[in-house]
Amino acid sequence: MAVARALLVALTFACAVVCGLVFDQAAADAAPLDQAIAHFTADDFDETLAGVNEVAASGSARAEIIITALQNGKLMFSAEKKAVYIQDDAGNLTQAATGQTVGGAPPDDLDNVKINNRLRGIIAAALGQLTLLSRDPQKRYDAAQAVFKSRAASALPAVEAALAKETDGRIKRALEEARAAIALNRSGTSDPDKLAAIKIVARRGDQDALALLADIPAHESPAVARAASAAIGGIQTRLSVWEAVQNAWYGISLGSVLLLAAIGLAITFGVMGVINMAHGEMVMLGAYVTFVVQEAIRRYDPALFDYSLAAAIPLAFLFAGAVGILIERTIIRFLYGRPLETLLATWGLSLILQQAVRTAFGPTNKEVGNPSFMSGAFDLGGMVITYNRLWIVCFALAAFVALIALLRWSRFGLEMRAVTQNRAMAASMGIRTSRIDALTFGLGSGIAGMAGVALSQIDNVSPNLGQGYIIDSFMVVVFGGVGNLWGTFVGSFLLGIANKFLEPYAGAVLGKIAILVLIILFIQKRPRGLFALRGRAVEA
Amino acid sequence: MRAGSHILIRSLDRGAAVFLIAVGAIAIVVPLLNLALPNSSFIHVSTYLVTLLGKYACYAILALSIDLIWGYCGILSLGHGAFFALGGYAMGMYLMRQIGSRGVYADPILPDFMVFLNWKELPVYWYGFQHFPYAALMIVAVPGVLAFVFGWFAFRSRVSGVYLSIITQALTYALMLGFFRNNFGFGGNNGLTDFKDILGFDVRSEATRDALFVVSCLALMLGFLVCRVIVGSKLGKVLVAIRDAEARTRFLGYRVESYKLFVFTLSACMAGIAGALYVPQVGIINPSEFAPGNSIEAVIWVAVGGRGTLAGAALGAVLVNYAKTTFTSGMLAPYWLFMLGGLFIGVTLLLPRGIVGTLQHWTAGKRNRASAAAEEGVSELAAAE
Amino acid sequence: MNSPTSTLLYLDGVTVSFDGFRALNSLSLLIEPGEMRAIIGPNGAGKTTMMDVVTGKTRPESGDVVFDNAHDLTRLDETEIAALGIGRKFQKPTVFDSHTVFDNLGLALKSDRRARAALWHRQTAEERHCIDDILRTVRLSAVRDRLAGSLSHGQKQWLEIGMLLAQDPKLLLIDEPAAGMTDAETRQTAELLKEIQREHTVVVVEHDMSFVRDLNVKVTCLHEGAVLAEGTIDQVSANERVVEVYLGR
Repeated sequence: MAVARALLVALTFACAVVCGLVFDQAAADAAPLDQAIAHFTADDFDETLAGVNEVAASGSARAEIIITALQNGKLMFSAEKKAVYIQDDAGNLTQAATGQTVGGAPPDDLDNVKINNRLRGIIAAALGQLTLLSRDPQKRYDAAQAVFKSRAASALPAVEAALAKETDGRIKRALEEARAAIALNRSGTSDPDKLAAIKIVARRGDQDALALLADIPAHESPAVARAASAAIGGIQTRLSVWEAVQNAWYGISLGSVLLLAAIGLAITFGVMGVINMAHGEMVMLGAYVTFVVQEAIRRYDPALFDYSLAAAIPLAFLFAGAVGILIERTIIRFLYGRPLETLLATWGLSLILQQAVRTAFGPTNKEVGNPSFMSGAFDLGGMVITYNRLWIVCFALAAFVALIALLRWSRFGLEMRAVTQNRAMAASMGIRTSRIDALTFGLGSGIAGMAGVALSQIDNVSPNLGQGYIIDSFMVVVFGGVGNLWGTFVGSFLLGIANKFLEPYAGAVLGKIAILVLIILFIQKRPRGLFALRGRAVEA
Repeated sequence: MRAGSHILIRSLDRGAAVFLIAVGAIAIVVPLLNLALPNSSFIHVSTYLVTLLGKYACYAILALSIDLIWGYCGILSLGHGAFFALGGYAMGMYLMRQIGSRGVYADPILPDFMVFLNWKELPVYWYGFQHFPYAALMIVAVPGVLAFVFGWFAFRSRVSGVYLSIITQALTYALMLGFFRNNFGFGGNNGLTDFKDILGFDVRSEATRDALFVVSCLALMLGFLVCRVIVGSKLGKVLVAIRDAEARTRFLGYRVESYKLFVFTLSACMAGIAGALYVPQVGIINPSEFAPGNSIEAVIWVAVGGRGTLAGAALGAVLVNYAKTTFTSGMLAPYWLFMLGGLFIGVTLLLPRGIVGTLQHWTAGKRNRASAAAEEGVSELAAAE
Repeated sequence: MNSPTSTLLYLDGVTVSFDGFRALNSLSLLIEPGEMRAIIGPNGAGKTTMMDVVTGKTRPESGDVVFDNAHDLTRLDETEIAALGIGRKFQKPTVFDSHTVFDNLGLALKSDRRARAALWHRQTAEERHCIDDILRTVRLSAVRDRLAGSLSHGQKQWLEIGMLLAQDPKLLLIDEPAAGMTDAETRQTAELLKEIQREHTVVVVEHDMSFVRDLNVKVTCLHEGAVLAEGTIDQVSANERVVEVYLGR
């Protein structure tokens, strides 16, 4: 029994202690906050600084609100009344310390507490500490990141406290990194602690980590200095790898755009031998179809906006394809076997199409929106991927695969290949070659139209849209090897990636020039492109 | 000397003589009507018109240079505007250096745009352009060397047909991108302008304008003569042979690429001269001259006039540009591009020989019909033998 | 080992393949100076490819091609090979359509081929005389001022042979000269070739067996890129394999 009684006493005592602590806390809450707030009435930056630190250290629930108000210029004070208020957007005042509404007319000398740049940094750091304990995980994570960047030693207790409670692995790691950053930045950390901290920071491995490590003073002990420079080297390697990956991604993205623009051309030029200078205008028409579809949806049923592209793609294919067939029937079929004349006539056509669109829609850029699934971005390791680019890459690949499948397995594809390989023989087998010509040209144009839908998502929709792509597309087709869709595929991505890797060194324009020069030199070596057809077929 | 005279005589048939006399007459009459007659006179030619005609003459030289390679050798360059513009820039650089301290910033050496860009020294490639002979050399040499290097690469590896066309277009496109950049040192997208004088004469004065017009006409005549000499020589026949059957020519032992390279380089030099004469008359040169559209438009002048006719190319240049001047300044301006586009399509579909080519075809047809009939009889006899 | 001292054209182990297909499969062939050789064989036997290799249009993957005991043809291009004295007539007649018959021959006439020389070139009476001779040989005197594009198919074939004569090569490669000709024309062409053979070495590819018989020369039959049989027309036509793959029973 004695044991039981002793336990009871102990529990009671424990309760009392806990209760007492709580009461203590509540009592302590009000007093330091009032004192801290008093600093704000001095109208002096140093005083305000002290105020921020003390408010942050007070542990009060009001602290975050007060400092946020200070950050936004909504923290007001009256020197006469020695009072501090928070002003809301409507202009009403509340007591800063308690949140009670202040009635009546505002004090005559009401003014906001002024902050300067130094203070802004400190305020951000203080807010960082305060939100370390927020309920919202994203806020906690952002706060840990803010502390990492500020490296303010004053945040250490808060970080420690947050670390003890944190259960989310990602945030926990961010907090550890923040703690390491503070440790590295503060004088008086022991060498082993510093080494441990460097290890943690090195694991983070981004630009901020690099900046932090670079700031470690030179007079540190050799072991620390060595560890830091090793970590810097490691991070730089990692970053350059990620940069290369990011560049490769940009290159793939550009390559997919080129692929979309060029595969239609690979069919009309590569397969039919018709050089269509108005190909870019087919792309442009596709983009305008997207614009018209979106306008119609906006007018009749805005809720369907996310489906606008799903409607635009087939419509653009059909429209551009129909225009293509029309062109083939009225102009190009009279010019078979005269490639240079075809080139001139289709150039004239491109002028007419551009001017027609300019007349109908005006010369300015048209606003084409991104559906919700195509806006935004996400991080992947050390790089950022935007959804619209990702979708365009997928779309380009899908279009390519569909085209290859169409040519390989459909009746139309078979007849098309037959006509291109031996027109006379195909005709004598009962294939209507002129119909195949028209359909092939329509197919190439239709794909260009679909490319226009994709391009409308990342480029300005104007009558000149197609002009920007035509030369690049021709380069891709020539580079890849005429008459070979796989060549076009490899050519687009190679050129896209080469372009993006050259850009950082040479700039966008010089990079482009360099690519053109490289292609010209490449054609010296392999006049018929990467994947040249050889043998008798070439001479025909 | 004897070799020289025989090819000159050989190249001057009746049509060529008519062309040369016509251009010569215009070169004399137009400045007279401008300078000697009072403004009020009914047949007075305004200075504006003189300058306009001078521009047309420059375009005609450009058209000749294109016809020489396209009409006679089958090389369709879609980048000849680049050579034209390079010649123009060389002239522009000379004219810029002539401004001296009369510029807005009054710097004795640096052109205004360089002062504006905070450049401290003249770039090396601007050196020497204050001397006209040096500038004149560059007007021919820069396009010539570029064409030679480009052609050497392209022709050696047998790039021909539409491939060559596309690559020449890429060439002028790349140059355009380059010249748009400020750090290239050619005035960025504003180009070179505000010229003051040329060889000591005020660029904007009436007399200088007339002189420039006369020089342009003389250059056109000279260019025409050079082209005629080439076309009339055995070299010209080899060029046509290359156009018609390149492989055959090769198997006959002709080094096709050196023929092409020669005529391509010469043509580029001509285009450069045309550009150099053009710039002082219009008073500006900027990167838009490199635009691929300009080059391809020049090709259509040749197609309209008739390729492979030389005189037709010059005529086509004047006709199309006259139409352009007329239509782009009036109510019909928005429709000009429709007309130009229609011209491209119409000429290739309906008039593939061009105006002069079609006329020649008709007259040749009439002349030959009788003799061909007789010939037919003889050859049948020969075959029956 | 057969020493190539007495050969004009020496092919040994020449192999060419297009995308896996072997157009020439270790082909060996010897042509002696002054000889006329007829080459026959089914479609795809490698006759035209052999000519492409000799004239520098196609480069072999392996094998030797030696001309006149001294020149390695695999290292030279078309122009250089033509300058050495190898002339070629294509399967499809190729002449310069917009030049007159006379000018066609003028361009083919042996001369300095450089551009500079061509610019200052002035036709001499001797050259004109030479062209007139050739015109008579190929029976085209009557149409000397007609544009080549307006000639009949047979006339174009002859014009092309005439151009070969004007080139005055050591070796003439003639691809299907009788294709598309009437019987009378074919016979005349055979006579023409025999006339040419008096001063030149000739290799002629032909399908028309009666034409080959008219020529009455040594015959080589190619099959799948290699020599199947060689000998007189009678020996070759009696060969079992030749009958099987080419002539038919």
